[in-house]
Amino acid sequence: MQRVRFTFMGNMIKQPVIFHLGRDFNIVTNIRRADVQENIGWVILELEGNEAEIERGLNWVRSLGVRVDPALGDLIEG
Amino acid sequence: MANITSLRCRECSREYPVQAINVCEYCFGPLEVVYDYEAIRKVASRQRIERGPFSMWRYADFLPADYNPRIDINAGFTPLVRCYNLAKQLGLKELWIKNDSVNPSYSFKDRVVAVASAKALELGFDTLACASTGNLACAVAAHAARAGIKSFVFIPSDLEAGKVLGAAIYGPTVVAIDGNYDDVNRLCSELAETYKWAFVNINVRPFYADGSKTLGYEVAEQLGWRAPVHAVVPAASGAMFTKIHRGLTEFADMGLIDGVPTQMHLAQARGCAPIATAFEEGRFVVKPVKPNSVAKSLAIGNPADGYYALKTIEASRGSGTVVDEDEVAAGMKLLAQTEGIFAETAGGVAISALVRLARSGRIKPDEPTVVYITGNGLKTPDPVAGVVKPLRIKPTVASFESAMAARVA
Repeated sequence: MQRVRFTFMGNMIKQPVIFHLGRDFNIVTNIRRADVQENIGWVILELEGNEAEIERGLNWVRSLGVRVDPALGDLIEG
Repeated sequence: MANITSLRCRECSREYPVQAINVCEYCFGPLEVVYDYEAIRKVASRQRIERGPFSMWRYADFLPADYNPRIDINAGFTPLVRCYNLAKQLGLKELWIKNDSVNPSYSFKDRVVAVASAKALELGFDTLACASTGNLACAVAAHAARAGIKSFVFIPSDLEAGKVLGAAIYGPTVVAIDGNYDDVNRLCSELAETYKWAFVNINVRPFYADGSKTLGYEVAEQLGWRAPVHAVVPAASGAMFTKIHRGLTEFADMGLIDGVPTQMHLAQARGCAPIATAFEEGRFVVKPVKPNSVAKSLAIGNPADGYYALKTIEASRGSGTVVDEDEVAAGMKLLAQTEGIFAETAGGVAISALVRLARSGRIKPDEPTVVYITGNGLKTPDPVAGVVKPLRIKPTVASFESAMAARVA
């Protein structure tokens, strides 16, 4: 299980990325919170499934230009 | 007993009993500590604080953990220095530096880790942990050493070993992770769920973050029980920035100061400025960035408290400033050469932001201003290494005078 934040910029906001992530990668996606505005948006969601499959799915999301981050921000600090 | 009642989600307001969790199970929002302000109001007074220890624990009534001498390395109550030379250069009349570079492990992280450590012991943990490239690691390892408990410090394997010397000396287990920044983040998240450790900025983060409130309390007390008109603060996650303002507003709410006119100014360097950039672009959505900045202690590309920092800027009528990378070293040198304070790179960011704010007229000459210096320059000497330019002479007076003459010419 992973908790991640997707950040969408520009036209990517209109793309059904999360739908495809669930359908094409056999991952259960569970949106918990989101804020989508005209030119930028983010979605915090939980992903359940096989670990390798989640990683493959996240790499596909990144390849679209969607930023993937830990849901609660970076844990490593200065 | 600490004057707290529960933890509350900052997004959906759902409440949880006091325990080692940092995220709302429903909306994944961050949790924060809920205080019993009525109980605090009954005991808090200027006199009670002034009778307290010369450390951040003089504000124990306002903190989410009880004072525990077992972890106390005397963090906080650092100097607030009136800066006449720098003020004169910038045309300001009342400028102060909050010099947190002289904490026991040489950064403000001692404040947050002091609270996290005390709470960790209360909650029955026997191990502290963190993922860090610098200051946080030092503070965690130092507090664990004092408490006589184990500590783990996770670092990216490409980090130079010398960068964690200031932590390693205290005897933690340093674990170098063979992966990139994202890998380190993900692994630490998994470890925090797997091991019954107090990961200071993960499962005990609600308590940890409130240690920074003492930076607000102290400045108010040291200014003679008043809040400044401006506070200039370097930001990474944005947590410290929000908590300084929270500290000031709590003091006002408890009647310890008259009010909080303080405009909060957030400072970041160009190579990692997701919060200040969002401010400049007029949005509350923080766009994460890949850090590439000389100010390593501020290099958090996906800041956990970015949104809340932006709300603090809005509520306080403050601002966000992005300084160029070459201004970081310039700020470090300016502070050192006018006031005798050697700040780390984050301090260079704050001083350069101050320069911009003063020169633009955003900070007016007669408005009391405090700049927060959060770490020691000896931790990050590389950007200012060029200042070492000795005059080379023979061991004779004539050679010395010749070199001096050449220098003047």
